[in-house]
Amino acid sequence: MASEYTTSEYIKHHLTNATMCSTENGIAFNKACSDAGFWAWHVDSLAWSVALGLLFILGFRAVAKKATSGVPGKLQAFIELIVEFVDDNVKSTYHGKSDLIAPLALTIFVWVLLMNLMDLVPVDWLPSIAGLIGQYGFGMDPHDVYMKAVPTTDLNVTFALALGVFVLILYYSIKMKGFGGFTKELTMQPFNHWAFIPVNFILETVTLLARPLSLALRLFGNLYASELIFILIATIGYMQLPLHFAWAVFHILVLPLQAFIFMMLTIVYLSLASEDH
Amino acid sequence: MNINATLIGQTIAFIVFVWFCKKYVWPPLMGAIEERQKKIADGLAASDRAEKDLELAQAKATEQLKDAKAQAAEIIEQAKKRANQLVDEETQKGHAEREKIIASGYAEIEAERNRAKEDLRKQVAALAVAGAQQILQREIDAQAQNDIVEKLVAEL
Repeated sequence: MASEYTTSEYIKHHLTNATMCSTENGIAFNKACSDAGFWAWHVDSLAWSVALGLLFILGFRAVAKKATSGVPGKLQAFIELIVEFVDDNVKSTYHGKSDLIAPLALTIFVWVLLMNLMDLVPVDWLPSIAGLIGQYGFGMDPHDVYMKAVPTTDLNVTFALALGVFVLILYYSIKMKGFGGFTKELTMQPFNHWAFIPVNFILETVTLLARPLSLALRLFGNLYASELIFILIATIGYMQLPLHFAWAVFHILVLPLQAFIFMMLTIVYLSLASEDH
Repeated sequence: MNINATLIGQTIAFIVFVWFCKKYVWPPLMGAIEERQKKIADGLAASDRAEKDLELAQAKATEQLKDAKAQAAEIIEQAKKRANQLVDEETQKGHAEREKIIASGYAEIEAERNRAKEDLRKQVAALAVAGAQQILQREIDAQAQNDIVEKLVAEL
């Protein structure tokens, strides 16, 4: 931890996104954007997530282009391992016919996993590098340079994923059951009587909305909490080394698990949306 | 951690990544995997078939071997029989030949004996006649008593 901070300043600094917005005076950053409202961009989240997404998509594409049905190379075998793992999960859960679900699940799993794995990068590295670049490259105060490197600790990122899934839930519900069937599902369950239609509608709407909300908040909450604890550990001096190690080892389990849960629940929600009850 | 326009950018990125994955990543990878699965399945089926073929061939070979052995045994049996038959025939022929030779020997001997007897008889007759001639020379004409001599000769 950098010594010129107080602990709370340090934590706050690490948990603040680099923000960009356009004001009357042109493009502005960080504190100048505090009253920009909705039209501000977390450039660090966007940059890291897009970079990791590109890493996934281009890496997999490079392997897919050279994929052979003969004896696979080690990299291809590894990629196929992931693909088959996702495919098995999709096939065992989603019984309809769709060629979107499996690639969607693969994208979510690998992308979220990569974003989560940024959590294992020591908490000071990337913000310090960004601070040095800001200080010596652009003459900024390093305290004003923010770099939150784990995209999944940004609520916008997790909500964007959940929003995409939510749109697909609606799409599949209407596509598979028709608009009437979907409306009926929203209004005639769990109490199949006309008098209960308002009650049913409220219950079912809450259920429906709870799905993307819980998806987004679960991932965000887990990652934000673990990142926060990494930062807290980083404030306690030399004792941080074994603690940091232990917490990181624990997250070798947690981070893939969270990615897996996000993928699995997406498949489950879409399979529920596609099936008649 | 307020909600802002990042949400929009992130959603667009998400859509693009999923689209790209669906279009360019998933199909070739899955294609390769499925093709390999098919190859392996085909290979296993072929090996099963080959194993069955081998079993069949082995059974056939055993059968043929048995047949061949039986045939060989039969041929040997026939050959033995034929050999015995030949030996018998030859023996019989030999016997017959021997009998024939012996018989002809006997016949020859008999003829020889008869001839010798005849010669002897003639010589004895001639001797007797000569003897008688010498005895009777003085008193009996050889011609007059020839019939008696003939009679004597026939009685020998």
